Amino acid sequence: MSAGGHRTRIHLGVHFPGVNNTTVWSDPRSGSQVDFTSFEHLARRAEAAKLDFFFLAEGLRLREHKGRIHDLDVVGRPDTLPVLAALAAVTERIGLAGTINTTFNEPWELARQFATLDVVSGGRAAWNLVTSPDAFTGENFRRGGFLPYAQRYERAAELVAVARALWDSWDDDAVLADVATGDFLRPGAVREVRYDGTHFQVSGEFSTPRGPQGHPVLFQAGDSAEGRDFAARTADVVFSAHGAFEAGQAFYRDVKGRLAGYGRSWDDLLILPATTVVLGATAQEAAERAREIRLQQVPGPTAITFLEQVWGRDLTDHDPEGPLPRIEPDVENLGITQGRVRHVKDPRAVAAAWREQADANGWSIRRLVIEVTSRGGFVGTAEQVADGIEWHVREHASDGFILVPHLTPGGLDEVFDQVVPLLQERGAFRTEYEGSTLRDHLGLSRPVARAARPRATARPLEGSVR
Amino acid sequence: MARTSSARSLHLGVDLTDAGAHPAAWRTHGSLGARLFDPERLQALVATAQRGTLDLVVLDDSFSLQPSRGGSTLRGRLDAALVAARLAPRSSGIGIVPTVSTTWTEPFHVSKAIATIDHVSGGRAGWQVGWSVADEDARHVGRGPAPTEEAAVAEADEAAQVVGALWDSWEDDAEIRDEATHRFVDRDKLHYVEHDGVHFAVKGPSITPRPPQGQPPVVVRVGSEASLGLAARRADVVRISATDVEQARDLRLRLRAAVVAAGRAADDVRVLVDAFVVTAADRAGAEARLDLLTELDGATWDTGSLTHVGTAADLAGTFLSWSREGAADGFVVRPASLHTDLDVLVDEVVPALREAGAFRTAYAGPTLRHQLGLARPANRFETVAEVAR
Repeated sequence: MSAGGHRTRIHLGVHFPGVNNTTVWSDPRSGSQVDFTSFEHLARRAEAAKLDFFFLAEGLRLREHKGRIHDLDVVGRPDTLPVLAALAAVTERIGLAGTINTTFNEPWELARQFATLDVVSGGRAAWNLVTSPDAFTGENFRRGGFLPYAQRYERAAELVAVARALWDSWDDDAVLADVATGDFLRPGAVREVRYDGTHFQVSGEFSTPRGPQGHPVLFQAGDSAEGRDFAARTADVVFSAHGAFEAGQAFYRDVKGRLAGYGRSWDDLLILPATTVVLGATAQEAAERAREIRLQQVPGPTAITFLEQVWGRDLTDHDPEGPLPRIEPDVENLGITQGRVRHVKDPRAVAAAWREQADANGWSIRRLVIEVTSRGGFVGTAEQVADGIEWHVREHASDGFILVPHLTPGGLDEVFDQVVPLLQERGAFRTEYEGSTLRDHLGLSRPVARAARPRATARPLEGSVR
Repeated sequence: MARTSSARSLHLGVDLTDAGAHPAAWRTHGSLGARLFDPERLQALVATAQRGTLDLVVLDDSFSLQPSRGGSTLRGRLDAALVAARLAPRSSGIGIVPTVSTTWTEPFHVSKAIATIDHVSGGRAGWQVGWSVADEDARHVGRGPAPTEEAAVAEADEAAQVVGALWDSWEDDAEIRDEATHRFVDRDKLHYVEHDGVHFAVKGPSITPRPPQGQPPVVVRVGSEASLGLAARRADVVRISATDVEQARDLRLRLRAAVVAAGRAADDVRVLVDAFVVTAADRAGAEARLDLLTELDGATWDTGSLTHVGTAADLAGTFLSWSREGAADGFVVRPASLHTDLDVLVDEVVPALREAGAFRTAYAGPTLRHQLGLARPANRFETVAEVAR
């Protein structure tokens, strides 16, 4: 399964540009966020470049700002899993990864959806498992369904245990379809599952065949100590926020260092930070393009909205090209923006620091926001970017990257055309897919179904799976 | 909307569940039983149905494994909505209708899944409303006992109401990309559905923009008084079971009356009879095929609806006479064996119906609503806003 996987050192995924202010919709080249042709374009181009996977995010409630739907960024997206299933019809090898919040679904349902995606894609499914403690999002769901923060990972661990027990309850070769004997399933090849945990009580015979990968690849994105432990114990890939070199190295060491504690080896978990790439014929041209993109990403009203999230008050009477507000943040109103945003803990301190920074540099509101929301990324010639990606992987700052374009759907075309071939020439990136499943591409081993596992190596499952 | 030609055309769907409607279908020659879960097997069946300009394919679903009736039972199912999405990009014209249950699945998820299949198919999704009264399903979920049918259908009714509202929660022109004001959407064209019902509360709006058809057609199978009420209120397509033409006509008339009583127009609903078919070049051949299937299964085939064992020409005749008698607007064909009987339907029955001027020769337009002759509905929220203005 992982034969040849180790020759490929760098792993690259693409992130469909979504609902956030890094996606530039105002550019004339910016296409639809909803039309299937956009998804198809990115997935097929990425597959032609032999990338590991296509990644799709999720959001279950439209974001709100000042009690109204936030209207400045891209709003609206299709449902993650049906888009990935549709992409399976128009691609052959590239992995299909999606974020699915586990809070508003039953484990049985999620397990059969991911088993189905794995079956209909020929073994290319991946699940970025997230949990939501969010009552705001819960308003779209019958159970309301939010959890105390501390229980999030406990519930997630149980959910993974149930899902894995279900996926393992069918043997790989369960479907016999023996016309002569009339055995459709091989006798004993599908086993009843019983799970009696704190969050879930699930029993029965699972309805869906085991996918080619055994288990879909599991992504995890949590950054807290608990999240890192969860990843080290459970995940195959960490979707990391630490793309910068030093922070990346620290995160990489930390998470990989936790693996041994769970009986796993260094290569059982890949660390893939999100990053952006801006190319130019010269370094200077690339830097200039990067500046232009940042200006596109942060138009004046977006800058004001960003400040309002920290200030907790209406700042629309401020000129985005003018100085920062002298008025103090309203610390009683930190919920001014809702729906997958990070709230600052001490708004007054942040406001003071930003004012100081802006005053010292002569920055406007918009310039300040551009500076404080910059996430780095690779900016340079194709050669420089290829060097940078290789350097991060060689020096254990990551195992590769998830590339986030700022334009839909063609924002990475030049990376595919210019950077990937350089990595391939250097032998650092595959020139052909070596296997057919996403596990093959990532060099991950394939889990063995429960009955087929030698007893000595059987891993105990969470809770009490019998 | 090609209303007139569609009005003249029968509506034909085909059920792609399992290897065919007969439990032993997988054991017959060419059934590809070993490839039952291979998406390319289904893709080829859809291509065949599309060649016959059929209205739609429908995919059954349930959380549970088919109950074992001994060793020869076909068992195993894939998630129907995801299979539908997998089939969408490489087909055209034909509607793709997965079953999605409302009993253990959130209506918000149902809404965006079907809307997304509509987006990826360019307006060819439908939704067959599912509900579950099975103890087995309830044990899989572990949140309490299975509901009674009355309760499950009442919840499905409420879910269908919310799903429809969520589909309308974005007006068609909500995305404006206005560079002057830097606004991507006109938020006055996004609507909270504010559903606060008996079974659940849903705030909205959907995360997914309005599907191309506005409202993808809703399919309801009627098998009880409760489901008849649900169909009358929510369905665009109603599937009924009837063993003879009188029974079908009576049920169709009752349904049309119930639709009118629910404040809708009778002609807004298409009533399709489930038709189980075993075909062969002659009647004796078809009977021999059924005999073989019966022997393999070890039980008599009890379909509970129109069952045709005979030639393609006779099947076309039956469809025409039931249609003339006002017993059906069309049929959902349940081929005993998909591999055999779908080809016969497309290659022999459809041409005979076309010859009689009773079936379309080409798709009426790109969407499932076009094939069904149903207009694209106005947005309920838009209407409210205009009245208020």
